[in-house]
Amino acid sequence: MVIMIKNLIIALKLIAKGSRGYYIWLAVLGVFIFIGATSYIQQLRTGLIETAMRDQVSWGFYIANFTFLVGVAAAAVLLVIPAYLYHFKPIKEIVLFGELIAVTAVSMCLMFIIADMGRPERAWHIFPPPFGKMHFPASLLAWDFIVLNGYLGINLFIAFYAMYKVSHGKEYNMKLLLPMILLSIPWAVSIHTVTAFLYNGLSARPFWNASILAPRFLASAFVSGPALMLILFQIIRKISKLEIEDRAVFKIAELMAFAMAINLFLLLAEVFKEFYSGSVHMAPMKYLYFGLHGHTGLVAFMWIALLFNITAFIVLLVPKTRENYFTLNLACVFLIIGVYIEKGAGLVFPGFIPGTLGEIYEYIPTALEMNVTLGIWATGALIYTVLAKIAIPIDTGELRFVSKEMPKPVHPVR
Amino acid sequence: MNRKGIDKEERSKLLSRRNVLKGTAFGLASLAIPFGTADASVWEAFFQKHFQEMNEDEKKRVVQRLEDEYAKKFGAKFNIKTTKAEPGVLFGYGLDLSRCIGCRRCVYACVRENNQSRDPQIHWITVLRFKKGEKWVNDLEEAEKYYNPDKVPEEGYFYMPVQCQQCGSPPCVKVCPTQATWKEPDGIVVVDYNWCIGCRYCMAACPYGARRFNWGRPNIQKKEINQETHYLGNRPRYTGVVEKCTFCIQRVRENPGKYPACVEICPVGARKFGNLLDPNSEIRYIIKHKRVFRLKEDLNTKPQFYYFFGS
Repeated sequence: MVIMIKNLIIALKLIAKGSRGYYIWLAVLGVFIFIGATSYIQQLRTGLIETAMRDQVSWGFYIANFTFLVGVAAAAVLLVIPAYLYHFKPIKEIVLFGELIAVTAVSMCLMFIIADMGRPERAWHIFPPPFGKMHFPASLLAWDFIVLNGYLGINLFIAFYAMYKVSHGKEYNMKLLLPMILLSIPWAVSIHTVTAFLYNGLSARPFWNASILAPRFLASAFVSGPALMLILFQIIRKISKLEIEDRAVFKIAELMAFAMAINLFLLLAEVFKEFYSGSVHMAPMKYLYFGLHGHTGLVAFMWIALLFNITAFIVLLVPKTRENYFTLNLACVFLIIGVYIEKGAGLVFPGFIPGTLGEIYEYIPTALEMNVTLGIWATGALIYTVLAKIAIPIDTGELRFVSKEMPKPVHPVR
Repeated sequence: MNRKGIDKEERSKLLSRRNVLKGTAFGLASLAIPFGTADASVWEAFFQKHFQEMNEDEKKRVVQRLEDEYAKKFGAKFNIKTTKAEPGVLFGYGLDLSRCIGCRRCVYACVRENNQSRDPQIHWITVLRFKKGEKWVNDLEEAEKYYNPDKVPEEGYFYMPVQCQQCGSPPCVKVCPTQATWKEPDGIVVVDYNWCIGCRYCMAACPYGARRFNWGRPNIQKKEINQETHYLGNRPRYTGVVEKCTFCIQRVRENPGKYPACVEICPVGARKFGNLLDPNSEIRYIIKHKRVFRLKEDLNTKPQFYYFFGS
């Protein structure tokens, strides 16, 4: 017990210490979190009427961010597959940081869901009996509740178990860890599939009720998550002693190019089917790319997204630009923005535009929604910062906790 | 209609029973919360069970607590019924499109009867206007919801009111993650306003735009309140929960039953209502003798709401 408290103090001290830039970073996040929290309290007081959502467009910016972040959580898996199935060593060394991204992204997903709920204090109603009255297996939201929390649990376990063992100078038990790592692969696929099915299963919304939704969702997820990860890795590499090999970065970039190729192909298939057959179900697609009856709210965004995605795809495809850090980072930023638009607003809003009674209500999020969203993103950044702050020195061997046995110097186990 | 008729003796009995119940409730709640300083009813409301999981005693206690809560909030005496569905009854609705003149009287009669919020305004019925000769049914793309002429009906247009179709296989019920909405044995799709978590998945799933969300705090003036309510129907709602048409469950489940408010108010008799299981009912007559259709039949939701052309 005493040792545990001692170790906790060591960890807390570690988090509290840092360079000037680190403190500025924390302060900035603190301000955003404060703004987000006060806005959320305001929303709790007066209700979701503070948002621009209405009966016509009943899900908005929060759910768009949620959807994007479910995709980001895939990041870990794109590392796990080459690392553990193909034993690609350079990536194996950074899997931990990918898993921490998954933990962060799923936590943010849950925060966005809470922010979107009309009665968050009743969230426990979704638990299975005897607590709540979970509607399983009929409701895809019940499924999503299970897979998201399960994914969070698996990644927390892998990351913390590995960090715990290494930080105490012990070898970790691969017999325990490997099954969990392998389990995390189909589980990551499941969170995307279930989230896609959540929209896909609604015959009332022709835009979502297309079989291509889930595959497209998966393909774009394998782009946005790794893009975010690559940028984070470079930052970590710059500000810490952690070494991340170039080979690992370029390999991930290559995999992203394949995923983007599939995503663009599926988009083409979707666009062709809607516009060539030209049925009434074309309306949401038309709204997205050309505007509908003079409503053009998303048109500019969608074309920017398309332009960014195609540009980034070419950059990642050509080895010369892929292995140049300037163009690579540019491509990553493009992909994050591109997929954020496409898989966020571009996926959620047109499900409701036009509405089931033919009404077009153009949804533009309010300042309060933006603030709450910003607050959740800042909270996510804070979570990742703290996690990385502990994980980096553990990985480099700078941090070792005291345990009952005499501490002996051990090199980081990988 | 209201409770003024109750004599003094009955009222005092009611009060004393309420006190007893309150005492028991407080005792139970203080067991659950050791510090016990909080208002017991707050915790009782928080831990309130799903309506279908309650036994008769629990229902009574919840109704009592809600009546007290509403009395405090609105300064009016409410009666909250929990009348069950009658066996052998399956409600069906008929709407004669050749009669409807688009006057929206049904919309406002519904608002008054069912205690919808006046500010922000919530309507359970939407009347759509279509131009004659234009495409209409399926995706309802050309529907005009905000038509506002001096006089109806207008030359060259026709009208189609839409409300909850009380589907035979309701997509909204299927998707609800907490089973806060379900289909009653008499065919009415209801919501437990105390169990709904406000995720609005049902609104995304409904092909008829029939569900409404309380985006803000619902407001009704005291003098406009309808105090005769049903737990699953027109009792006052809360911020952050979903609500919808219940065929006026508080009226149609009475014995003798009353017509839904929209049926009663319709000046042209376009609205018909009855028991689909009774071969002699008006709705069965309509189905047998008129050519009926149901909205968005391609989605297989099997509405119990039949549109027809009477003439």
